[in-house]
Amino acid sequence: MQWETVIGLEIHVQLQTKSKIFSGASTAYGAAPNTQACEVSIALPGVLPVMNTEAARLAVKFGLAIGAEINQRSVFARKNYFYPDLPKGYQISQFEIPIVGKGEVEIEMDGKRRKIGVTRAHLEEDAGKSLHENFDKETGIDLNRAGTPLLEIVSEPDMRSAEEAVAYLRKIHSIVRYLGISDGNMQEGSFRCDANVSVRPVGQSEFGTRAELKNINSFRFVEKAIRIEVDRQIDLLEDGGEVVQETRLYDSDKNETRSMRSKEEAHDYRYFPDPDLPPMILDDAFIADVKQSLPELPHERKERFIDSFSLGVQESDQLTQDKALADFFEEVNTTSAAGPRIACNWILGELSASLNNEDLEITQSKISAPQMATLLDRIHDKTISGKLAKEVFAAMWQGEGDADSVIEKRGLKQITDSGEIEAIVDQVLADASDQVQQYKDGNQKVIGFFVGQIMKISQGKANPQQVNEILRKKLD
Amino acid sequence: MSITSDQITHIARLARLKTDPEKSEYYAAQLTRIMNLVEQMNQIDIGDTEPMSHPQDAGLRLRADAVTAEDQREDFQSIAPNAKDGLYLVPKVIE
Repeated sequence: MQWETVIGLEIHVQLQTKSKIFSGASTAYGAAPNTQACEVSIALPGVLPVMNTEAARLAVKFGLAIGAEINQRSVFARKNYFYPDLPKGYQISQFEIPIVGKGEVEIEMDGKRRKIGVTRAHLEEDAGKSLHENFDKETGIDLNRAGTPLLEIVSEPDMRSAEEAVAYLRKIHSIVRYLGISDGNMQEGSFRCDANVSVRPVGQSEFGTRAELKNINSFRFVEKAIRIEVDRQIDLLEDGGEVVQETRLYDSDKNETRSMRSKEEAHDYRYFPDPDLPPMILDDAFIADVKQSLPELPHERKERFIDSFSLGVQESDQLTQDKALADFFEEVNTTSAAGPRIACNWILGELSASLNNEDLEITQSKISAPQMATLLDRIHDKTISGKLAKEVFAAMWQGEGDADSVIEKRGLKQITDSGEIEAIVDQVLADASDQVQQYKDGNQKVIGFFVGQIMKISQGKANPQQVNEILRKKLD
Repeated sequence: MSITSDQITHIARLARLKTDPEKSEYYAAQLTRIMNLVEQMNQIDIGDTEPMSHPQDAGLRLRADAVTAEDQREDFQSIAPNAKDGLYLVPKVIE
């Protein structure tokens, strides 16, 4: 039987505020345990939550960016469950009326564009962290993270493959980074994803029973976890079994998903409006103000790159997905006279390869944008050839200094003095009378041999264009 | 609408309330009466009045995004049942 995969994602984005959503405790990452856990974070009796304006602003910013309905009246609700990293016994979230309603984003798969629906995005508080490893009979609780503002972005079940799910996840990641509403760091848990996965026979309109995959903390794992879960469900159904609706944990070491039975009963959350928090009303001026602060978004920037720099669709897409990379490109392009074409080639070529090799982000690049611009200028003003520029790039990457000092130190400056080049050409031709004869007999291919010899003698420094001109002049 | 004693056991467990099994019929009868009262209110025609989510007709007060809380870990942990290395300790929780 042919099966169709149906995927919906729930993405938790930590909003970049200084203080927590309902208290004045700091949200900075990496502090000593519980030093940023105030009386509200640890839920001492009698404390009251007070809403952070900035969290609302950032949520609205996201909503406007994806063209979603904004609910100017939204309601906070209690989601009740018991777990030690949630000391109140409930999480403050939004249920019936979230701050952001229906919207959509566009993804591109193999050159085809598809719209993925966003059902809603609601504000809520993060829980603390449980540390199981360090103690024998106890679990350690760190409540620094408790109360950090989260925006939970819920998609429609619109994705039909693991690749599409990853494309959508990357799109949302790119949007939140562009908007500056989150640092989007998956390792530190500020961008987390749960996937609802089901399969159904091709052609069937109702959905199959779904499993919810938790704990997927990288783009690569999202794809792997969904693939392995889809295989599991298909095997199960083809063997005459049934998929059970449950929460499953993805284990990246074993590349398998397994049932989390402990959380099953907890799914009865008994939501109700939080009596401590009246409805949040945002007036038109608030929304208009946020609208004004919207930056250029990834798809807009991509179109601009295509239009103003004559770059291709694919390369513009690659450049603009990560805001920091697009910023790097624009900085190089405005600093250097070499033009956008060569800047794009070098950034997506040598630079991206070096970053990938060492698993670095563009923000950790060992060559800064101004340094890159100078290197490209030296190609542009013919100080070095494109080929030698790769050597200079590698040296810069290894920390040997900027382009000019590497060129100077290694003596890589291109020879453009035609007298000097002519002397080398004469020497090569004198030493290769056989090949000269072959050329005269009509074998054009030996020209490559001459160029090779000239480059060898000049250590690659002779300007290739001049070499060609002088050669032809001498031979013809 | 009538609440069964099984439902009493279930919601008591969800709320981590210890109930006397012998009294579950009694609770069930009481809660049924409350639910019937709600049911009765549901019959009232209120036209197109928007449901309220809060008894007061007030909007949420918003505060500026500023760190105002100080580190009081030592004080808080001095009254905690168990704490070590800055962490609050609870009986082992296994996923």
